[in-house]
Amino acid sequence: MLVDKVLKKEEQAAFNLRSLYKGYGYQPFKMSKFEEYDLYVRNKDFLVSDRVITFNDTDGRLLALKPDVTLSIIKNSKGENLDKHKVYYSENVYRISGSTGQFKEIMQTGLECIGEIDMLDVCEVVSLAAESLALVSDEYVLDISHMGIVTAFLKEACGGREFESRVTALIAEKNTHELEALCAEYKISPSAREKLVALSCMYGERAEVLKRLDGLCTDAEARSALSELMELDKLLSSSGLDKKVRFDFSVVNNMKYYNGIVFKGFISGICEGALSGGEYDNLLHSMNLEARAIGFALYLDFLSELYYTPDEYDVDVLLLYDTAVSHEAVVTKKRELISEGKSVWSASIPPEKIRYREIVKLK
Amino acid sequence: MLNIALPKGRLGEKVYDILERAGYPCEAIKENGRKLIFENTELGIRYFWVKPSDVSIYVERGAADIGIAGKDILLEYNPNVYELLDLNIGKCRVAVAGKKGFRDDTRRTLKVATKFVNIAKTHYRSVSRDIDIIKLNGSIELAPILGLSDVIVDIVETGTTLKENDLDVLETIVPISARLISNKASFKFKTAEIEKLVEGVRLQIKEND
Repeated sequence: MLVDKVLKKEEQAAFNLRSLYKGYGYQPFKMSKFEEYDLYVRNKDFLVSDRVITFNDTDGRLLALKPDVTLSIIKNSKGENLDKHKVYYSENVYRISGSTGQFKEIMQTGLECIGEIDMLDVCEVVSLAAESLALVSDEYVLDISHMGIVTAFLKEACGGREFESRVTALIAEKNTHELEALCAEYKISPSAREKLVALSCMYGERAEVLKRLDGLCTDAEARSALSELMELDKLLSSSGLDKKVRFDFSVVNNMKYYNGIVFKGFISGICEGALSGGEYDNLLHSMNLEARAIGFALYLDFLSELYYTPDEYDVDVLLLYDTAVSHEAVVTKKRELISEGKSVWSASIPPEKIRYREIVKLK
Repeated sequence: MLNIALPKGRLGEKVYDILERAGYPCEAIKENGRKLIFENTELGIRYFWVKPSDVSIYVERGAADIGIAGKDILLEYNPNVYELLDLNIGKCRVAVAGKKGFRDDTRRTLKVATKFVNIAKTHYRSVSRDIDIIKLNGSIELAPILGLSDVIVDIVETGTTLKENDLDVLETIVPISARLISNKASFKFKTAEIEKLVEGVRLQIKEND
């Protein structure tokens, strides 16, 4: 297949992902590389990093190279009176990369579902996240958590803002030993402490995690979050998504924006998370929109690393011609070889740096 | 195969002893040589020695599945990893030290010499103290003696080096010990292997205590 030969694997993956989302009725969304800086200032905690590349437009307005796609999509859906807004995108974003501390152009593909959404939509988005990972690699894991449970347990602890942000960081690290010490320092009640510590090592197969959570979720808020997880579990099982889609409470997103189900995807061979998403109704509320929303983004720049295999040859054929041969004959032979699906490099003297599979001499 | 990054030096040797007792021996590691990688194929483990401050980089980037690093390194570089266990060894503290009888004059910017730029910045930001950071790579104790800085932020174990140089600990920023860390993606795909190792090490630490 010519497509297999010419398109890079990551380009093929991007293509397959787009057709997957289109199949589920998501509409393509194209946006400008630039966005008003003001949008990011107002929601800077939502961004992975609060640093953005800015510049002045010709009329003096401050613009930014967009570090995020979700905010632009929400801004766009503001005027529309839709019961449901389902879009997918494939865009470059510009943000500081965690491990290097430098600005990086990151290719991301993802989708957002905004409006009057129900559990079926939530489950569809989570399944699509799993299917997206499956399209990229057989060896994947999707970890799901629920911010509602984390919030309910934190409320019970009554430790204050600083305590809460330290706890979420420790849960994200699976750092049980420091979490215990922190609860002791803040004199948290034994029952609240037991729940938070349990969250820091709450991961594994869904049925098992649900069983453990059942005993811990006592108040109404936690129970309602747990029932969402139970329903999600049922729907995922009926879609055949079992072993690779798990519950893991070390997935913690910013509580100011994320309120419901949140998830993170991992692919074997890629050291950082390859997919990230969740329900972010709180972000909509902060932007004066009364609706629910869920979405995710898959970071495609990791794929070039995953799929990289060094080429053995630069071209299939080295067409070596004698200087006495007419140019027409060279062109004809070259076209003939190309039409057979081979890549060709023609030269009268063997080139030093080109590696070729076979040599065809034209005398 | 589990790849384990060990910090070169005394701490790394102690950590290896714990791992050996926990059922993860690799005889070749005890031979003195220049080799950096040691494998026990039967147990499916591979050890390698790296500079202590590089352990978190190897683990964060997935070249090592797990590693042992001091909490000072984790606080300084803030790597995106799981911190699974406190080994309770290599205990010390990051502290502020200055010349004997030093008093902080808040009318002027405080000059701070340190290897731990982030820890120092975070600490002084939390108390709103304006500082001038001087990044050094070794012999930090020299800085206040020669007037390069007012104070230093450094690791203090017994305090002997400070005493010998007429320096005093002014305040402790954070207690330090060795931690077992894991790459997040590795943890997803080698869950059972990592859990088993962590449990083995946990038992050894309990016995030590």
